[in-house]
Amino acid sequence: MTIDLVIRQTLQIALVVGAAPLLAGWIRQCRAWLANRVGAGLLQPYRELFKLLRKEPVVACGASWVFIATPYIAFATMAVAGAIVPMMTSRLPLAGAADVVALAGLFALARIFAALAAMDLGTPFGSMGARRTMLVGFLAEPALLMVLFTPALISGSTSLAIIVRQLARHGFILYPSMAFAAAAFVMVALAENARLPVDNPETHLELTMIHEALNLEYSGPHLALIEWAAAMKLFVYIGIGVALFLPWGIAQGRGLATLPVACALFAMKLAVGGAGLALIETLLAKLRLFRVPEFLGIAFLLAVLGLLVRYLVGH
Amino acid sequence: MHTPIGLPWELLLSAVVLWSVVALASLLIPHVPRMAPAIFPLGALGALLTAGAGVLALRGPPISTVSPLGLPGLPFHGRLDALSGLFLLLFGVTACAISLDLAGYRAREHYPVASRIGLQYHILLASLALVFVAADAYSFLIAWEVMALSSYFLVVTDHHTPVVRSAGFLYLLIAHVGALAILAAFAILAAHAPAGAPLALTFSALRATDPDPAVAGLVFILALIGFGAKAGLVPLHVWLPEAHPVAPSPISALLSSVLLKVGIYGLLRVAFTLLPAPAPWWGLITLAAGLGTALSGALLSAVQSDMKRLLAYSSIENIGLIVAGIGLALLFSAYGLKAFAALSLIAALYHCLNHAFFKGLLFLGTGSVLHATGERNLGRLGGLIHRMPQTAFLMLIGTLAIAGVPPLNGFVSEWLTLQAFLKATALPRPYLAMGIPLGAALTALVAGLAGYVIVKFYGIVFLGRPREAKLAQAVESGPFERAGLGLLAALCVVTGLWPAGVIALIRPAAQALTGGEAPVTAGDHGARIAVAHAGYAPPLLWLALGIIALVGVLVLRLRSSGPARRAPPWNCGHPVAGARLQDTAEGFGQPIRHIFAPFLDIKCRRPGLDDPEPRYEAAVNDRFWEGLYRPLARGFEAVFAGARVLRPRRIAISLLYVLAMLVALLALTP
Repeated sequence: MTIDLVIRQTLQIALVVGAAPLLAGWIRQCRAWLANRVGAGLLQPYRELFKLLRKEPVVACGASWVFIATPYIAFATMAVAGAIVPMMTSRLPLAGAADVVALAGLFALARIFAALAAMDLGTPFGSMGARRTMLVGFLAEPALLMVLFTPALISGSTSLAIIVRQLARHGFILYPSMAFAAAAFVMVALAENARLPVDNPETHLELTMIHEALNLEYSGPHLALIEWAAAMKLFVYIGIGVALFLPWGIAQGRGLATLPVACALFAMKLAVGGAGLALIETLLAKLRLFRVPEFLGIAFLLAVLGLLVRYLVGH
Repeated sequence: MHTPIGLPWELLLSAVVLWSVVALASLLIPHVPRMAPAIFPLGALGALLTAGAGVLALRGPPISTVSPLGLPGLPFHGRLDALSGLFLLLFGVTACAISLDLAGYRAREHYPVASRIGLQYHILLASLALVFVAADAYSFLIAWEVMALSSYFLVVTDHHTPVVRSAGFLYLLIAHVGALAILAAFAILAAHAPAGAPLALTFSALRATDPDPAVAGLVFILALIGFGAKAGLVPLHVWLPEAHPVAPSPISALLSSVLLKVGIYGLLRVAFTLLPAPAPWWGLITLAAGLGTALSGALLSAVQSDMKRLLAYSSIENIGLIVAGIGLALLFSAYGLKAFAALSLIAALYHCLNHAFFKGLLFLGTGSVLHATGERNLGRLGGLIHRMPQTAFLMLIGTLAIAGVPPLNGFVSEWLTLQAFLKATALPRPYLAMGIPLGAALTALVAGLAGYVIVKFYGIVFLGRPREAKLAQAVESGPFERAGLGLLAALCVVTGLWPAGVIALIRPAAQALTGGEAPVTAGDHGARIAVAHAGYAPPLLWLALGIIALVGVLVLRLRSSGPARRAPPWNCGHPVAGARLQDTAEGFGQPIRHIFAPFLDIKCRRPGLDDPEPRYEAAVNDRFWEGLYRPLARGFEAVFAGARVLRPRRIAISLLYVLAMLVALLALTP
């Protein structure tokens, strides 16, 4: 392993961990603008995280080690996932450690721990959140897999680095199959990240919340880690979307010289992705919980259509 | 022993002899109680010998032997090849853990029961070892029957309860329906031996029969039914959720971990080594049966509230995934894609090992919980992580393994299966190349459901607050039980962290069956496996996860002055009153009942408006009882009620029937 690779990997992890709250702030700011509000500024998530990190940790009586370990596991899982996805460069030492299926597995690991931690205290809201999170998770999984199959078939591999390399090599052409897959991916990403229309990240309304119900009992630094992990998850998801559907501009070479340009391009893609997410969230209302299977069913069908188009048209 | 028969055989036969001696010695336990503690540890020693034989068989060439036992002219043939070796390894390691658990479990039982279990359990172990190495139809079926009978007696250990007796009867019935199908499969194959040859009984002679495609297809279907009944394929699975819960927990673990795999072993043995090259429809049928089984098992396990029934349905689901992998392998073989067939088979066999380890772990842990609390109903458990911390930790490993998340073993086989599904685009028929990858989506759905189910299981049993006052008296299980759990948990971790090593073990078996070299490569000194450049390196993932989590812990710990302050749960400001407000198993399963209502047979009783004692009850029944078995039984009853008319009243008419039959047979014989 050369020093070049170590620098790349460290940079990437630092980027994911450091910039994830910025992306969250950007999305909130866009939503504020779309709603004709002034907004709290791009740096608001950092302020919130630092406020939480300074506080004294409070843990509920009767919590086991699962409850205390979960924030660290969630944070570590998302950071590792971020270390694997090619965002600015496809030459990452950790990229070979997990392909895109293993990445989905890492997210499932974090989800299972989050659900178990929510059930740890035996509060009714916690187990409700656990059950709903697992529900959305298992419904999203087949759709996600079908989305991933289209680029995997085009490039012949499920490794993200190979997919990026193969797709970027063909120049800027639009595969019809990838258009369907991209639409399905957006829907799955909304569900997996607990965004509208599946879940509203801004409310604590008892009967409708999904993701927030998991975090009800966390406070202080533990809550900070969980919020940070959620921001990183969204960041990584947009990163996967970029790698699959907009891989152009991701550096392929060995040197570090191409990195600044790739980094700027990636920031632009993220900004566009974030703004698009804000637009979706502004336009859509939250679905009832039992409409979520239909929503994810549509995502699944779109992904399957993408696969079929790939066979029939050959692109 | 004058002629050397090879170390693996010596190990295996000494294990069988040891088990037989131990089985007989168990009979004396009530008279000589002093030897009771030695019985099950000796059984564990035999299991280790078997595992050793398995490893040697995987590494070396196949060794055949002819035993001096058997009927005149019909000696028992044995053959230790890679496939036998793999299953012996699986069986030996799992049985070792289960024997350790039994050593603790049975210390509590009364001597007559311990004696009965010791006898039947060791006979079962010996017969299992012989099933895996039998190389002729005759000895195979004898070992098979001994296995079925001894496991039946173990299932009905608690035979004073009518539920247990009826579950045992169902088990015996379906085991024999299956055995008849297997017998028919062997008989049809033997009947197509070339003219003039002696009766084809040995597997090598059966292999040489080379039947035409229609006969081979018939034999395959019979084998699928026969071995599928043993493995729990839908719709022949109905015995499984009845028999597994009523057996003592270590026996449930053995049934689920090893006995179901015997069905898989038999299917592989017949489909890949006895029959000629498969036809595509074999693969399609097997794949469809596997996926259907997996989905039914996952859905039904999600709505169970008895922890052992839940695990039993989850075993059905896992068997479905394994059979789906076998179906894929058959399909690839049918089109000559040997390398991909080997890949699918590696995925299926890897899942066999995984399922043996994590399901054994979960069933043994369930036994510990059952012993500590006396409760099998999920709705009456809770909070056991505080009372049984070590068991809870080991069970968490099993939970993560069965949920199929990295970096544990369940994920590796899921990953391999998905990679195999992705290769289906190489199939020459467009409808197959387009349709088969959809099976991957079903696999993902099943894996997701498995995660849901196991979160429900673990969360309700070990987390939360105790739902009953008596749970406060629960104590940690004994050292033997924890040793058994620990062994299986360690195996889950090792097979999860070092997939390259496990694949190196499985590869000879997959290669011997399919004749292809699977395109799975190992890199980074065995830390990484890769298919088509897509890699998975669990040690690296562990390392990265561990380092980042450690940094997080250190940073936060350095900032805080002492341990976290404890306070009552917040719960949105609502006071948390009473443990009964927590989700029950029924509550946790409600979304599944809601979404999959068309697929489930739900009996729901809602309270009326002026009900003085309002109760809500929902029960989910297996659709196959009302949909298949009861109509079938009613049909049989109707037919035989009709046939009663023909029953002769006088002996002369009876004899006339015999004469008519004889004449008819003579007329029909060519």
